[in-house]
Amino acid sequence: MTKPLISIEALARRYPKHGGGETTVFENVWLPIEKGEFVCLIGHSGCGKTTILNVLAGLDQPSGGVVIVDGREISGPSLDRAVIFQGHSLLPWMTVMGNVAFAVTSRHPHWPKDKVRAHCQKYIDVVHLTGSEHKKPAELSGGMKQRVGIARALAIEPKMLLMDEPFSALDALTRGSLQDEVRRICTETEQTVFMITHDIDEAMLLADRIVLMTNGPEAKIAEIVENTLPKDRSRADVHKHANYYALRNHLLDFLVTRSKNFAVEIAAGAYDPRRPPVVRPGERAPAQPPPPIDAPRAVSA
Amino acid sequence: MTRSLSLRAGLLSLAILAGTIAIWHFATLPTAGSAGNVDPEYAALVSGAAAEGQKSTFPTPADVAATLWKHLKDPFYVRGANDQGVGIQLAYSLGRVLIGYLIAAAVAIPLGFLIGMSPLATRALDPFIQILKPISPLAWMPLALYTIKDSGISAIFVIFICSLWPMLINTAFGVASVRKEWLNVAATLEVGALRKAFMVILPAAAPTIMTGMRISIGIAWLVIVAAEMLVGGTGIGYFVWNEWNNLSIGNIITAILLIGLVGMILDVALARAARLVAYRE
Ligand SMILES: Nc1ncnc2c1ncn2[C@@H]1O[C@H](COP(=O)(O)OP(=O)(O)OP(=O)(O)O)[C@@H](O)[C@H]1O
Ligand SMILES: [Mg+2]
Repeated sequence: MTKPLISIEALARRYPKHGGGETTVFENVWLPIEKGEFVCLIGHSGCGKTTILNVLAGLDQPSGGVVIVDGREISGPSLDRAVIFQGHSLLPWMTVMGNVAFAVTSRHPHWPKDKVRAHCQKYIDVVHLTGSEHKKPAELSGGMKQRVGIARALAIEPKMLLMDEPFSALDALTRGSLQDEVRRICTETEQTVFMITHDIDEAMLLADRIVLMTNGPEAKIAEIVENTLPKDRSRADVHKHANYYALRNHLLDFLVTRSKNFAVEIAAGAYDPRRPPVVRPGERAPAQPPPPIDAPRAVSA
Repeated sequence: MTRSLSLRAGLLSLAILAGTIAIWHFATLPTAGSAGNVDPEYAALVSGAAAEGQKSTFPTPADVAATLWKHLKDPFYVRGANDQGVGIQLAYSLGRVLIGYLIAAAVAIPLGFLIGMSPLATRALDPFIQILKPISPLAWMPLALYTIKDSGISAIFVIFICSLWPMLINTAFGVASVRKEWLNVAATLEVGALRKAFMVILPAAAPTIMTGMRISIGIAWLVIVAAEMLVGGTGIGYFVWNEWNNLSIGNIITAILLIGLVGMILDVALARAARLVAYRE
């Protein structure tokens, strides 16, 4: 197996508790992410998903563990890891073009103006915002703003895309069409993506692997679910596939009951946080033992 | 609907103006025999003219209109040091205000930027700002006259001091409260410090900074009149004081109207500028 693009190793985050002591939000989180892979992280509110994403983005420091990108430990934010924030976080005094261009000139400071423009236009077209280049964010709908955020992230051509519940603030129709767009763009460009979501259907449509986190505090990666739906799935026919309900029920079951009581499962079996069980719902014979998604890197420990 | 509202508001404004002028007119109609009873203390207080028993009734609106017209017809005459057109006096005052104000802006905005960027500086400088801010700018005047020994520059210094605080405090506040997500955007794009300051923090804080600038220009224009009354020589404040000594109420009212007009123009100009940097979220 090739070396993963990103490797999360023994990551932990603790906060000082009121009146002494510490609360551990999560600990001993291990997760490799391959190049070109689309990984979704699902877990209940407060289990530390945003914290993990912020650590990946370099905006937050972990209390323990490391994130290794391309063989090097990350030390801060980087243009190689573009973030699509939960609130679109466009700069409201700039136009759509201005926002995208701000990102592009950050990546390519020496590009002439018209080259920057052309490059931005390409990505504005990709997210179907042609004609809205000169609008300010306040003049756009929620879905359009989110698409500008996506264009801004894509335009810097990052090695990896980090998305924190990018569609959660949108209505179902807009969300659906944006999911389709993101899926098209990401498969076309073989983009590596790490996305947080609350939405099972979204994860099933977009992700190659779905990472399930237990409830906090002391959240862990409980399981990694491989998407058993065909690669060429689309929103319109995904529910017709034979594995659809097996996969969906497995995820629902985890969120509704197992995420709370995972400690019991840990006590019962051989749970290894470095190699959380991998499941492929709907497939007759689950690969036994689970195929190692990656041999964890030998770290001095 | 809105058009009819502004129409009605305009009509009401005109009615209030007409009413005020009418009351003023009837209240100041010359009445016989009112000249004799001048309070001797008052007569002593007001110099020359009144003490000589010269009649000095409050001017009627028509008198003031005539005086105003006289001034507006020839605002820039110079007949000796003590007799210059009201336009020249206003120009002196405006000049002092603008110089003091611009120096204050040049100090307050960069300084406020640094304070706002650093929580340490915010905390460390806060007690000084809190104590210095409420001091009436005129209280600095004796100190300024003593150290600077030039009345014109002292007036500018007083303007500088009074314009400083609102701009300093607003800039620091605006910079300190730039939304975290916008800073995160800049961070993930690896934007350099200078580019971040000018492309993200400055535009984000600009509306707050402009509010401070608008407050400052208003205060500066209030203070210049008082400052010029103290230092004398030139300026609209001096003009008012001088006309008081001449007991020329018509000139004083003219000056008051013009002070109000200029203040309004300054405020409108800054409100326009504020609209240029405003953004909707
Ligand atoms: N500054 C802080 N001090 C103390 N605890 C914090 C702080 N920031 C976050 N936490 C805790 O860390 C935990 C994880 O927060 P995080 O934002 O990562 O959750 P999340 O999984 O993204 O939740 P959601 O799905 O609601 O967005 C929360 O329980 C929160 O209480
Ligand atoms: Mg979150």
